[in-house]
Amino acid sequence: MWNKNLQKLSEHEKYLVQIKKENIKVHATRVSILIVFFCLWELAANLSWIDPFIASQPTAIFETLVQLSSNGELYRHLLITIGETVVGFMLGTILGTLVAILLWWSPFLSRVLDPYIVVLNSLPKVALGPIIIVWVGAGFAAVITMTLLISGIITIINVYGGFHEVDQEKIILVRSFGATKKQVLQKVILPASFPNIINALKINVGLSWVGVIMGEFLVSKAGLGYLIVYGSQVFKLNLVMTSVLVLAVASVGMYLGVAYLEKKIIRHL
Amino acid sequence: MVSKKILTIRNLTKSYHTISSETLAIKDFSLTLFEGEFIVIVGPSGCGKSTILSILSGLLEPSSGEIIYHSQANSLTIGYMLQNDHLFPWRTILKNAILGLEIQGRATQDNIDKVKRQLEMYGLGKFINSYPNQLSGGMRQRAALIRTLAINPDIFLLDEPFSALDYQTRLAVSEDIVSILKKEKKTVIMITHDLNEAISMASKVIVISKRPGKIIDAHEIQLSSEGESMLDKRKAPEFMDYYNQIWKELDVHVE
Repeated sequence: MWNKNLQKLSEHEKYLVQIKKENIKVHATRVSILIVFFCLWELAANLSWIDPFIASQPTAIFETLVQLSSNGELYRHLLITIGETVVGFMLGTILGTLVAILLWWSPFLSRVLDPYIVVLNSLPKVALGPIIIVWVGAGFAAVITMTLLISGIITIINVYGGFHEVDQEKIILVRSFGATKKQVLQKVILPASFPNIINALKINVGLSWVGVIMGEFLVSKAGLGYLIVYGSQVFKLNLVMTSVLVLAVASVGMYLGVAYLEKKIIRHL
Repeated sequence: MVSKKILTIRNLTKSYHTISSETLAIKDFSLTLFEGEFIVIVGPSGCGKSTILSILSGLLEPSSGEIIYHSQANSLTIGYMLQNDHLFPWRTILKNAILGLEIQGRATQDNIDKVKRQLEMYGLGKFINSYPNQLSGGMRQRAALIRTLAINPDIFLLDEPFSALDYQTRLAVSEDIVSILKKEKKTVIMITHDLNEAISMASKVIVISKRPGKIIDAHEIQLSSEGESMLDKRKAPEFMDYYNQIWKELDVHVE
């Protein structure tokens, strides 16, 4: 009996070791790809296979990064962009959810507005950029408006769609208790749609970055998007590449933040 | 024993409308319900059984006919149980059980304590703060029953409450639920298409025709069984007679 247990355990242990090995292999390969990529890039630039003036190179990017962070410029631009993203992201999610609730509340309104939402959703929002600049001015407000347009519409569509996926019988149940429309919303629709809303958050993080960078390309005088555009205009490719890398890190960080929130909040669903 | 009339349904008729057609779901359905009765309605699928319960629970307006409540306020508290337990996964068992009270603005400490006692009495005391996914199917069904009991309904409406369970669980759970309902002396209208279930639970079985649903017959069930459990009742000598007669009335054909 004891012997059998031991065998079982060791087989399970073998299995665990196998999994661990597999994981290490995946991680190691991931890191190697990154290292090889940067090494090749550096090598290619040094050996003049590529023109570092156009393609930049890792050491130059690193120097730019050090320089930008020592004079504080990096943090200023980064904070502005992150600030715009967070504000746009929150506004898009909150306003989008509110509109979705309104549409759920009034099926008449929902039917009336349906074609407008379809058009707004299919329209590439960047085309509205010039109009936004004329209307709200070139600056912070324009960036936020752009972000709001991009993430808001998607939120409306996703959250409203989620409202309709809620089990009809759950609604019948609370209505049999005599629930008012407001109670149906409070007790069933909103809590049941919570995973959907969190999912919308995840999509919105990405979309907000798109909106902010697009907005900054068009109008701004600060932010990572501005750095990228400015860098390309004055042919400082080192600055462009550095900004792109910083942007990648910041956006992944924010995405992971929301994913962590999701895990924290939704444990029983 | 002469019991009190609590509900009269007279000539209830209901049609459903779609753009292309009108469907008559039930026609001239009349029924008098006495306190403490356990009425089971059987009928072929799509005969409008659920429509009757939906109307009684106030979810649907009848096309014509009337419902008279023999109470002072001319209304009754109705408890409606559906096929699935529909416990909300984001609420604990206690929170689920007080959902109806909460909606009706009656979630006082007194009432909540009462629900807690009921949960304890029916073996869910340990799970008050658990979430539904931590409970077995039978326990979930019990919690759903207590959720309905909590609002202290005058009439219980059960719409095939066990049909989502597998056969063995179903036997145990229906026994369980029925014994609780009888213990609490509740008046019940239940829908099922399981004749065994119907005859062993009911004080009266009502047979309804194919759509548009009309009452074909009503059987007062008198079983001379020794025990009170549903299994005992199935052994009663009259059981098969009821079964055969209702089966014939249902007139089931495979077309």
